[in-house]
Amino acid sequence: MANIVDARGRSCPEPVIMTKNAIDNNLTDLEVLVDTNVAVENITRFVKGKGFKVTVEENDGEYKLKINK
Amino acid sequence: MGDKRKMFIFGGIIGLIGAILMKFGNPGNMGICIACFWRDIAGALGLHRAAVVQYIRPEIIGIIFGSFIISYLTGDFKVRGGSSPLIRFVLGFFLMIGALVFLGCPLRMLLRIGNGDLNAIVGLLGYVFGIFIGVQFLKKGYSLGRSIEQSKIVGFVFPVLAVVLLIFLVARPAFILFSEEGPGSMAAPILLSLVLGAVVGILLQRSRICTAGGFRDAILIKDYHFLWGLIGILVFNLVGNLVLNFSTFKIGFEGQPVAHTNHLWNFLGMTLVGLCSVLLGGCPIRQTILASQGDGDAGVTVLGLIAGAAFSHNFGLASSGAGSTPNGQIAVIIGLVTVLIIAYSVVVGAKNKSKAKEVVNNG
Repeated sequence: MANIVDARGRSCPEPVIMTKNAIDNNLTDLEVLVDTNVAVENITRFVKGKGFKVTVEENDGEYKLKINK
Repeated sequence: MGDKRKMFIFGGIIGLIGAILMKFGNPGNMGICIACFWRDIAGALGLHRAAVVQYIRPEIIGIIFGSFIISYLTGDFKVRGGSSPLIRFVLGFFLMIGALVFLGCPLRMLLRIGNGDLNAIVGLLGYVFGIFIGVQFLKKGYSLGRSIEQSKIVGFVFPVLAVVLLIFLVARPAFILFSEEGPGSMAAPILLSLVLGAVVGILLQRSRICTAGGFRDAILIKDYHFLWGLIGILVFNLVGNLVLNFSTFKIGFEGQPVAHTNHLWNFLGMTLVGLCSVLLGGCPIRQTILASQGDGDAGVTVLGLIAGAAFSHNFGLASSGAGSTPNGQIAVIIGLVTVLIIAYSVVVGAKNKSKAKEVVNNG
């Protein structure tokens, strides 16, 4: 099962830090939940820089980022 | 267009606008200054009585309109709030005190450097130091908590405020104060300021450039994306000044406009600004942009900035060209101590909460 990071409602830069902490703890196959475009962009840029693949699903103003190697 | 180049160009246009607004009448090295401009607005509304810094700055109105309209069109407009508003108010309050001891927000700091003011480099070192301290708290789990969806009307508070300010600016009712001398009396034409302010609002909303974010991300996650925006501001502003404002371009510490040479207080003032900006998740201009796109917490932060500006002048905390004041120096120290206590308490609180959660999870 994917590891879920719920960063909804968190202001910048917390979603990125939460994602970073999950990656630093060697969690792969992540699902990160956020609710702003800025968080989607920042996390995407960060994990792509780390060599991960990202897909984004939008649902009613919330976003699910699926992150894996 | 590559991401970095886009940031560089977006920032560059803002730097150029800074040079243009100065050319057309804004005070020295103050093409745009979010701290000074909110302070001038606070003065115009009579919240402080420093007669030389009272004006309703159209740039602020333009920035609010620009950010509001573009975020509405692009779907970034989201009405949220409820993430530690009172802490944000206090951080905004002390941020402004630090900025007015240095004499400028981080954006003006870059514009001052772009016109040769070396005091602003001292400020920049202090700013980065403050950001570095703030990042340490972020690493330890500092968080102001989740925001939640709010009634849509919350998102219209700042746009409506901008409309009201515009009416005051044009109608000039007797209860609104306008400086007759000093920096508050120096201004580019209203329409030009309004339009260029809107351009700044649109560019900053789209690019998400934040003067604190640029350094914070570089330190925290080695991401230089936003830093390119700041470099763009600096480089284009420098070039713009060399072309448009060559007669005032002067490299040095002494005799710079609306600046002083107390290095320690330039440094510590901006340390306070950097620290508060990181703990708030954004610098004053970013807070203004967010407040205009439905972020009620950023709105409370801006109210904190305005209150801080009013107190700064009422209590003699703000510096002048003659230097920083004893009251201002004490206020910066009180600010640093207060903000450090807040950040420490938040980190400890967050740790206890996650421990309690573990206990529950372990049943």
